Amino acid sequence: MHEELALTDSPRATIDLDGLHALVGVLRDRGYCVIGPTKREGAIVYEEIESADELPAGWTEVQEAGTYRLERRDDEARFGYPVGPQSWKRYLLPARVRLWQARKRNGGAFEIVEEPPPERPFALLGVRSCDLHAIAVQDRVFLEGAYVDRDYAGRREGAFLVVVNCGTPGGTCFCASMGTGPRAESGYDLALTELLDGEHRFLAEAGSERGAEVLGDLMGCDATPDDVDAALRVTHEAAGKMGRTLDSFDLRDLLGRNVNHPRFADAGNRCLTCGNCTLVCPTCFCTSVEDVNVLEDGAAERWRRWDSCYSVDYSFIHGGAIRPSSRARYRQWLTHKFGTWVDQFGTSGCVGCGRCITWCPVGIDVTEELAAIRAADGEVDHANA
Amino acid sequence: MATAPAAETAPRGAMAPEPYRVASRAPETVDTWTLLLEPLGAPIVPAPGQFNMLYAFGVGEVPISTSAAPEPGGELVHTIRAVGPVTQKLCATEPGDVIGVRGPFGTTWPLEEARGGDLVIVAGGIGLAPVRPAVYHALTHRDDYGSLCVLVGARTPSDLLYVRELEDWRGRFDVEVGVTVDSAVGDWHGRVGVVPRLIPGAAFDPAATTALVVGPEIMMTFTAKALLEQGVPKERIYVSMERNMRCGLGHCGHCQLGPMLICRDGPVFRYDEMEALMGVREL
Amino acid sequence: MQTLDEIVAESPVFGGLEPAQLQLIAGCAHNAAFSKGERIFREGDAADTFYLVRRGRVALTAHVPGRGDVTIETVEPGEVLGWSWLFPPYTWHFDARAVEDAGVVAFDGACLRGKCDADHALGFELMRRFAQVMIDRLQHTRTLLLDVYGHGPGS
Repeated sequence: MHEELALTDSPRATIDLDGLHALVGVLRDRGYCVIGPTKREGAIVYEEIESADELPAGWTEVQEAGTYRLERRDDEARFGYPVGPQSWKRYLLPARVRLWQARKRNGGAFEIVEEPPPERPFALLGVRSCDLHAIAVQDRVFLEGAYVDRDYAGRREGAFLVVVNCGTPGGTCFCASMGTGPRAESGYDLALTELLDGEHRFLAEAGSERGAEVLGDLMGCDATPDDVDAALRVTHEAAGKMGRTLDSFDLRDLLGRNVNHPRFADAGNRCLTCGNCTLVCPTCFCTSVEDVNVLEDGAAERWRRWDSCYSVDYSFIHGGAIRPSSRARYRQWLTHKFGTWVDQFGTSGCVGCGRCITWCPVGIDVTEELAAIRAADGEVDHANA
Repeated sequence: MATAPAAETAPRGAMAPEPYRVASRAPETVDTWTLLLEPLGAPIVPAPGQFNMLYAFGVGEVPISTSAAPEPGGELVHTIRAVGPVTQKLCATEPGDVIGVRGPFGTTWPLEEARGGDLVIVAGGIGLAPVRPAVYHALTHRDDYGSLCVLVGARTPSDLLYVRELEDWRGRFDVEVGVTVDSAVGDWHGRVGVVPRLIPGAAFDPAATTALVVGPEIMMTFTAKALLEQGVPKERIYVSMERNMRCGLGHCGHCQLGPMLICRDGPVFRYDEMEALMGVREL
Repeated sequence: MQTLDEIVAESPVFGGLEPAQLQLIAGCAHNAAFSKGERIFREGDAADTFYLVRRGRVALTAHVPGRGDVTIETVEPGEVLGWSWLFPPYTWHFDARAVEDAGVVAFDGACLRGKCDADHALGFELMRRFAQVMIDRLQHTRTLLLDVYGHGPGS
């Protein structure tokens, strides 16, 4: 992608709230469509923003299993919350996107016109470390396999990433257990750490050449050693405030040898197979293809839309679903996310963002499920095995 | 080991099909047709065991294995059973119609690795279609293999595929052909019974045999069992697996079978790698 | 040309029996032949014979109104045809017909039944061997019930 600079050498500066405003302006001036967190209908979501005024100043999220609500903070932090129901896949892997249009020519052959990439590249403002890792996980799937996904590549290649290092983790967060945060190490253009002690300011670190260029346009001050220490303290403390922990040791083998564990039937009894977890998960990437005839004669389109392994017809072949039971579908999702993802793509599929716990209507908690399986390693569900 | 597809980043998106013209459409059984396709754009050359995604314009795509020996010119042969909207549309095409093709995808039959030994091919139902290229290969490279046994099962005699070819193969002195059906009425003088019963009587040396098995999953399991009982090593038995498939590229997630992606790690698998996974319900 | 003694001694279904037992069984046997299309037994007839197919092919059929004679299984050379002679009511449950010219060894089941009643050791050995034949056929038949080539639920 772009050249990344070593952390110790990386240009850094301290910027204030004006600098934050300037950041949005500079990115827009450079032609980016800036996507940032903003408050909508009781949740913090990612939308295009035109100014830093649209950031959810002074708000935080209270998250627990099956629970999400916004609360006022007693400060005006712009980034004082973890992550809401959406992730950056909303823009990099949109829920519904046209792949191509086809038109029949004389003689019957058809011509394909592939969908061009979005007009403006994205600048993603406020990417948490967990979500940064999630983007890298999806990069593995779509860019680093035998085939490159053209649409994903078009959106990803030009994207400018502004990370925000977390100071306020949530009740369902466990990035520290997954080794994916709260501090981002690399893979971004700029990283901000919000400092609220004393003057409201941000330590800004460049992670790439173009990040350094943008930083240069922001008229920040040199970052003092105190600022750097303060920033490190923010994430260090955040690591100790995780809402959840997970023993992630050897999950692939644990799940591989417990494919008939009774816990799956247990979870299956609670699971509504609603698919919320797959919608909010930043790494879930399953899609389906829709081929449609357009009203005009001899024209057709192919669209790609999100799909979920929780839907019964996801596994449909030859007159039946392979996984009709909710037990089997829950098992598929959990064992894929934490186990077989490693076999398929070389990394875990989970980044510890906690969204699946927060947004499950019945509050199923993956950290609890995995702990239960580990605690009863080797148990077999004889009724269903 | 079965071979993996070459890595490619095509400038043309991997979800865009190439146009192919239907040269002919021949009926095989009451619900199965074989299409002969000619490329109008870039040729696609699948190796034995691989599959293409066939696109019925405006309707959808399905994964169908190749049923031909590889043609450098890109001509394709696909045998399709009409079971849903896409396959029904494909099976209703007329010569001259244009469909779309993406591919080739997937792993191949281990025809190189099987050289020097006996080759036993066991096909149930439409399973004969994806393994026919392996038979063709063995016949054109006959000296590379010892005994060649082609064992075929179908529901009834009218469900047998490629009947004329089966008769031709049976007419050769260097191929053993066994055919059985689940039940028969009227004029059938052949065997009636399950496919595994063909195995004990077939002439091959189990210790020096590679077996290719294709058909419904239960049929493959029973057949593998019968082969193991004869002494064929587990790692020399190959099966062809199937799951719901939407992209063929390893991007849509649908074709997962435990740790495998069928479009990328299969459809041809070694039985020793697949046996445990096949034994897990609703995997 | 093999003698009946040799044929009986070599056939897998009688493997492991003692020479005296084999002789006794061979004593109940005779060669027989059926021409192509000839019926060997009919459903409902008294089942006092069983066969060892030596040459040709025999089809077990059931008559289904509207479908005619449906072949549900064929019996190949080396395989045993018939076990209804061992169990009451000693009647055939299906028809059997030679699909090709067939050479068989026919065994007098009624006579053997009497000998099994008198000699329980022989009876146990025969029962055990025929049970194995039946188990194999049952497994295969159960597999057929799965209708693996069918189109799916409701087909």
